[in-house]
Amino acid sequence: MTQLRRLFLAPASLTMGVLFLAPLAIIFVYSWLSRGVYGGVAAKATLENYQRLFDPLYAVILLRTFAMAAVATLGCLILGFPLALFISRAGARKNLYLQLVILPFWTSFLVRTYAWMFLLRDTGLINSALQSAGLIRAPLPLLYNNGAVFLGLVYGYLPFVVLPLYATLERLDKNLLEAAADLGAKPWTTLTRVVVPLCAPGFRAAALLVFIPCLGAYLTPDLLGGSKTVMVGNVIQNQFTTARDWPFGSAVSLLLMAVVMVLLLLLIRRNGEELI
Amino acid sequence: MGPVLELRNVSKHYPTHPAVTGISLAVNRGEFYSLLGPSGCGKTTTLRLVAGFEEATEGDILLNGRRINDLKPYQRNVSTVFQNYALFPHLTVRGNIEFGLKRQQTKDIARKVSDAMDMVQLNGKEDRFPGELSGGERQRVALARSLVLRPDVLLLDEPLSALDPILRKQVRAELKSLQRRVGTTFLFVTHDQEEALSLSDQIAVMNGGRLEQVGTPQEIYLRPASRFVAGFLGAMNWIDGIGIRPEATRISRSAPNGDARCVPGTVQHAMFLGNCLHVETILHNGDRVVAEVSRLDGSFESGENVHLWWNPADELLLPRVLPHEVQ
Repeated sequence: MTQLRRLFLAPASLTMGVLFLAPLAIIFVYSWLSRGVYGGVAAKATLENYQRLFDPLYAVILLRTFAMAAVATLGCLILGFPLALFISRAGARKNLYLQLVILPFWTSFLVRTYAWMFLLRDTGLINSALQSAGLIRAPLPLLYNNGAVFLGLVYGYLPFVVLPLYATLERLDKNLLEAAADLGAKPWTTLTRVVVPLCAPGFRAAALLVFIPCLGAYLTPDLLGGSKTVMVGNVIQNQFTTARDWPFGSAVSLLLMAVVMVLLLLLIRRNGEELI
Repeated sequence: MGPVLELRNVSKHYPTHPAVTGISLAVNRGEFYSLLGPSGCGKTTTLRLVAGFEEATEGDILLNGRRINDLKPYQRNVSTVFQNYALFPHLTVRGNIEFGLKRQQTKDIARKVSDAMDMVQLNGKEDRFPGELSGGERQRVALARSLVLRPDVLLLDEPLSALDPILRKQVRAELKSLQRRVGTTFLFVTHDQEEALSLSDQIAVMNGGRLEQVGTPQEIYLRPASRFVAGFLGAMNWIDGIGIRPEATRISRSAPNGDARCVPGTVQHAMFLGNCLHVETILHNGDRVVAEVSRLDGSFESGENVHLWWNPADELLLPRVLPHEVQ
């Protein structure tokens, strides 16, 4: 029995070991080494990479990243919950609507983000439409700002909120909704006093599914935020590409990971197994 | 004063099937009124129509003489005890009992909750969550949560079926005494004829979405209006189209005296049930007849020729068996 279990676990363990743990180990080692002249690393140990993290510049970027991820997560939850509620009550059309929620995944995220650029830029669809309608004279600054990044993140991660919330709503005992109405609760009260509290595990799962990838997002801030909205993902990306400072990039990556891990542990400690 | 709840020719037809057809009944204030029938007979649908969870296709539902068909569940002064109790798992016992009071914005919530807790003897468990309670305790919370609102009618959907058999009998007695104490009208749905007989002032027997008979427990047990009611309320012997309950069927080795009706039979099997024996016999025409006899009346061996007899007053005169009714 144990042998069979090991056999079944082997592919996943191997994948995780080779493709996740090994690179992580490499990054950990790199973070203590010096920068190579043409990228890569030089075999000289240093603490410098970690010392640089205390530069207030990075604290600001980290804070901005957290704020942006938090606001985007909140936006996803606020938009996603009514949608999930609607789908869960759509009867025979449920499956159709769920397919529509998943539909964007059929196209590359990069292409979809570019599509937003075409919509939002000064000569884009929205601005030209508003201008030709005579509603505005100069184009609205829709692209290359925090708002555009927020929009892109909410757009990209909305399905990740809808699906777990939908699953939670589906599992809800319908008798409880009837009981609430029976005890005199109007639909809105039933929603706020019964449905939302009982969906708490779904909200937590959904929030995590959005918040963590948002922390590491680099494509959306890069394309939609321009140079103004740098998030920690962009810093990491930069160190490995243009700046050619792999050790520092490694240190920033590990910092981000550490922060996420601490957050997760705190959440798990508070909510026990319910979280997962 | 008229009935507190009245159904006039109420029907509920789903696109796929009719669940309830032409139900008319009147429940008087303070009554323990049962809807009894096999599963799928429409009794729960009838309850849900009164609660407002289903809309009647036809007919009128009147509460205190006022038509309530178009009122939402939260606008009707009736309350439901669900089969699985449907307690809010995220609220404590107190939170559950307060829930309806808070919606009414009544005063004295704390006192009313504590009175309700006293009534169902749940003191000291105010801060427990439903998941931490036993089945019987959960049922009491469900009762308290509804009764604290002083509904015109309390609707109970098989509230005893989730309990284990030993607890069920005890809770049954508690339920009856609670109803007497608070004086609330109970509309009680059950498929258990013993439950209905022991608890009810009035019983409405349902079958196939229709009402078969309404009456007191004695009336429907002793004077069933149809073969269905007779058979559903308890075991029946059919001897030449005449129905005799097993406990009214006597058995002896010698022919009885007096004006008792008597037929000869042969013992097939005697089943020992502790407090009594069920003696199964076969008549000459092949019909099976079961006599329930006291353990003290001695034992019967299979193959023995016996006399089966009964008092004519115990005969249930019902329409003769129609061919399609024979099982």
